[in-house]
Amino acid sequence: MMDVALSILFHGLASAMVLYIIAVGLSVTLGLMGFVNLAHAAFAMAGGYAAIWATTRLGLPFVPAVMLGVALVALASIPLERFLYARLYGASELDQVLLTIGLIFVATAIARFFFGPAPQSLTLPPVLQGQLEIGSRSFPTYRFAIIATGFALFGLLWLGVERTAFGARLRAAVDNVRIAQSVGIRTDHLFTVAFALGSGLAALGGALGSEFLPIRPAYAAEQLNYVLIVVAIGGLGTLFGPFLAALLLGLSDTAVRYLAPELGVFFIYLAIIVLLLWRPAGLLGRA
Amino acid sequence: MSTAPLEEAVRAAAHRHRVRPLEALPWLAALAAYWFASDYLALGAQVLVMTLFALSLDLLLGFAGIVTLGHAVFFGIGAYAAGILAVRASGDPLLGLAFATAVSGAAGLLSGAVILRARGLTFLMLTLTILLMVAEAANKLAFLTGGADGLQGVSVDPVLGAYRFDLFGRTAYLYSLAVVFAGFLVVRTLIHAPFGRSLVGLRENAGRMEALGAPVRRRQVAAYAIAAALAGAAGAVNAQTTQFVALNVFSFELSGAVLTMLILGGAGRLYRAFVGAPLYMIAQDWLARLDPTYWFFWIGALLIVVVMFARGGVLGLASTLLSRGRERATP
Repeated sequence: MMDVALSILFHGLASAMVLYIIAVGLSVTLGLMGFVNLAHAAFAMAGGYAAIWATTRLGLPFVPAVMLGVALVALASIPLERFLYARLYGASELDQVLLTIGLIFVATAIARFFFGPAPQSLTLPPVLQGQLEIGSRSFPTYRFAIIATGFALFGLLWLGVERTAFGARLRAAVDNVRIAQSVGIRTDHLFTVAFALGSGLAALGGALGSEFLPIRPAYAAEQLNYVLIVVAIGGLGTLFGPFLAALLLGLSDTAVRYLAPELGVFFIYLAIIVLLLWRPAGLLGRA
Repeated sequence: MSTAPLEEAVRAAAHRHRVRPLEALPWLAALAAYWFASDYLALGAQVLVMTLFALSLDLLLGFAGIVTLGHAVFFGIGAYAAGILAVRASGDPLLGLAFATAVSGAAGLLSGAVILRARGLTFLMLTLTILLMVAEAANKLAFLTGGADGLQGVSVDPVLGAYRFDLFGRTAYLYSLAVVFAGFLVVRTLIHAPFGRSLVGLRENAGRMEALGAPVRRRQVAAYAIAAALAGAAGAVNAQTTQFVALNVFSFELSGAVLTMLILGGAGRLYRAFVGAPLYMIAQDWLARLDPTYWFFWIGALLIVVVMFARGGVLGLASTLLSRGRERATP
């Protein structure tokens, strides 16, 4: 029994961290620009593919490959933001939904064209392939690394948002875009940088998580729901909200997969619906 | 004298309700297709099913102003309801249609009453989550739905006991056409009735409607349930004419596809389904034949282009050209 609980806690934490890394960028950009970006998971998929490409074709080791993938996706997201997304800030929710559904379709087809339909994962470096023992149990080293990375990133983001000038401008713009503009904050630059950062983080999550969320063309549509759940339950424009929501979702999802694999996912969805009806603005969202 | 504007408004509303000659066009085209495109009747029936599905979404999106990512759930519920009834109890198509419409309408009423209190992202999330939840349930209830293999052995009796579903799809086409026409009459009547006008009011300014004393939530739930029932009817016809139901009726892609159809149709509410759905289905058929794996790229690209550059869609383009022509004619 203890063993099962420990397994759930460990693997749940690992999956929660990947969810958090993927989703946190969307929470920030949605809170900042009010843009319903359904294509956010496509950036995670792109990050996964880019890192896989860097290891297989360029022969890069694991860490540089992931970093290259993140950088490529963040860079590629800048023209997308400038030429597509920025034109629809303040447009109707429907227009934003339609544009980003279109992007999902396009991204899915492109992924299939270049990488084929089969699911793929990043090859782990030998250092991270083994097992680590905790007491009598052993767990994959790689997932320890993911959990550590997730907590470290959460800390870094918190520092960045709470303790830097950029973070202060970001918070100001989330609170009130117009006032932020009127005190001289270049919000359009801010939006672009935040969007690129969020896309880069999604790419990082996609690449790191490919071990248990294999990258395939359907990824952009399939992972969309988990990403949106984390954002909606966490609440917009907060850093801790998505962290909490990712923990809840990761742990409960892992728990039902262990304990009730038959109908588990169904009950997760049901719980999410109840939770959202109870707190429509999310657990920590501002109403 | 003070009643004059009111009278004028009433006359305008009555005028709007009058049947215009142009409205016969889609139906004439559909009948013409039956005679002249008899090799494509199977595709034709699919086009008609999607037209009804898109029309049901138009009631939500175009009139009530409700954006949903999960409209496919009602199409799927209708398809499974009709399919399961045919497998288990009765193959009568009209009974199946009525049953499926009722079941999906009830599902719409129930879910609408629960989730329509939410707004924005939360509402979008809820519609998507319900879609995934129902898909998961349909996958797991394999004894009833056939699970991942799909629902097989859907055999449908002749329509009204007389018209057998033939190999060439003639009956299927005309049956679909009749159901779409009935659905169109329902929607057309509704939107010109006070109910439909109040939906437009909700779309334009829900706060003011509330201040006027309109039961906002109840109207929205009613529209949601009616749209769900019509989507279920479309799903039922799809199950009956293809005699098969697969889990992909509960897919995000189908929800996205039906949104795309409406947007392609463009600005003309009520009629855009009749432009967008055929356009989408024919484009899909053509693109998939050119390239069976990557046609979604073009659908996505089309969607992006329409949203960014041609917000009025095909009908918007047509009416711009028409009014330009008129301006030139009357200087």
